[in-house]
Amino acid sequence: MSSESLSFEAVAHVARLARLELSKEQIEALRTQLEGVLEHVAKIKSVNIDGIEPMAYPFETTNRLAEDEIAPPMPIEHLLLNAPATEGRFLAVPKVLAESE
Amino acid sequence: MSDNATPPPAANDPHHPHAPHAPDATAIRDAVRSRSTSAEAIVAAHLRRIDTANPTLNAFHEVFRDESLARARDIDERIERGSEVGPLAGVPIAIKDNIATQLGRTTCSSRILENYRSPFDATVIERLLAAGAIIVGKTNLDEFAMGSSTEHCAWGAVKNPWDPARVPGGSSGGSAAAVAANLAAAALGSDTGGSIRQPAALCGCVGLKPTYGRVSRYGLVAFGSSLDQIGPLTRSVRDAALMLGAITGIDPRDSTSADKPTEDFCAGLDDAPRSLRIGVPSAYMSSANDPDVNRVVEEAIDLYRRHGATIVPVELPLTDHGISIYYVIAPAEACSNLARFDGIRYGHRAAPRAGQDQGSLFDLYARSRAEGFGAEVQRRIMLGTYVLSSGYYDAYYGRALRVRRLVKNEFDTAFESCDVILGPTSPTPAFLAGANSDPLAMYLCDVYTVNTNIAGICGISLPGGFVERDGRTLPIGVQLQAPAFEERRLLRIARIFERERSDCFRVAAMA
Repeated sequence: MSSESLSFEAVAHVARLARLELSKEQIEALRTQLEGVLEHVAKIKSVNIDGIEPMAYPFETTNRLAEDEIAPPMPIEHLLLNAPATEGRFLAVPKVLAESE
Repeated sequence: MSDNATPPPAANDPHHPHAPHAPDATAIRDAVRSRSTSAEAIVAAHLRRIDTANPTLNAFHEVFRDESLARARDIDERIERGSEVGPLAGVPIAIKDNIATQLGRTTCSSRILENYRSPFDATVIERLLAAGAIIVGKTNLDEFAMGSSTEHCAWGAVKNPWDPARVPGGSSGGSAAAVAANLAAAALGSDTGGSIRQPAALCGCVGLKPTYGRVSRYGLVAFGSSLDQIGPLTRSVRDAALMLGAITGIDPRDSTSADKPTEDFCAGLDDAPRSLRIGVPSAYMSSANDPDVNRVVEEAIDLYRRHGATIVPVELPLTDHGISIYYVIAPAEACSNLARFDGIRYGHRAAPRAGQDQGSLFDLYARSRAEGFGAEVQRRIMLGTYVLSSGYYDAYYGRALRVRRLVKNEFDTAFESCDVILGPTSPTPAFLAGANSDPLAMYLCDVYTVNTNIAGICGISLPGGFVERDGRTLPIGVQLQAPAFEERRLLRIARIFERERSDCFRVAAMA
């Protein structure tokens, strides 16, 4: 990748992956903005990384296991207070499978 | 001071732009405990100042008026009875609104969480309350902590108390403005790439970013999980030590919280450090910085030299790559973390499209997220999704993680020859609102702060001097960085600066 140019279709594809419904104008604006940032980011291609291991966290961490003890759960009624739509003790969502399937 | 550009302010001159020193959290705690004042009187005075200043500053989203007064009365009664009240007894504290509190809402300054009420308190909130603190309100931030100016907020920007035409920095701009304007004695912020230190610098407070893992992130709405840390914004170094001591410690609910004993960071704060070698990277004294920023940093170097420090030139050649690394890793982590906002379990859900009873699930996700997230958050989600997408992962994310290790190695090498690294916090003083409308220009504000997070070490911004701009006095920050888990060293060396430059540690005089 010598240049950081992005096509309209590529940005629209990323918007679908990111679950963002964007207008043509928004996609076009993002295309220019992302190109600008990626052009700056591309500077790290000049750094020699031969033999360097990736570092996802600042420190080497090991998994810490909790004691297998039962703790009181949060009350469902309390959690459902933030739900945008409910039916009884359940979250209401649009149909996941279409009628014909 | 030998420098004519920063005369010590005359405390008795009513026309001087600096207000007198306001009592810090430690002084308030001592006064409340000794009953020379009451917690109720302290809280009432803060609420009055919030009423006066907040309509201009927009620092607070929500103020817990009745709850704060009730809690203050409770603290006063406990003191009267001779009960133990904790090291933050009666201290009014502001909380950045990306930290979960059962009291009020937790919005992250985002429409997607407009009505969100947390069913639990963050670990830091539990710890502050156990220490006797009084949470006076939730502060405004750049949406989901993404920004350097606190202009990207769902309900209006925050103004800088030193000059309301200017930004307070960000993303903890509400917390910084609240402390700088004496609307709270101290505040909590979060720092992913400079979001505590840069607003502290632009508002003239102390801002501490603890070592990654020092403070539990449980209840901090996640932005960049390998970078985020909660930390204090305060008016003094001893308050930063006091607040840090109150919130640190391992937490079973955050598996990345460090297994370190809780410490009293106030103990020995005034002791001379065993060694005082100040590292100054040539890359930090860039000619691209505002000349007044470089002047203030040079003055700080002179101060430490007069104090007997050895000034050590160190090399951090990857400094300029920090922004590039950060704007791959942080958006990558952000787009994963923000995937949870889908309009299903909590948060904003888009209404069905006109004429449709309900669309597809995909449609609901995509419209809820488009309506709920602001432009900057959408930009970062897009950037993160792009750099993680098939065909680009190795070129961007994989590479950034490798350069990240080189940045950490570079700090390790530098700290072999010095105890702390000194430099600017921000390349400029507070800039005018709207001045950095280009996203990349805004990102570059964090050039001196992002690498602290990338390496996971600790850093503090101190008010280091002042500059006059457009007839207004603006503070300038000086940053110290220390190796991981060396907060005690960092605070002791910061305290040396504070003792010599107490004139810089002041609140802003509101016009």
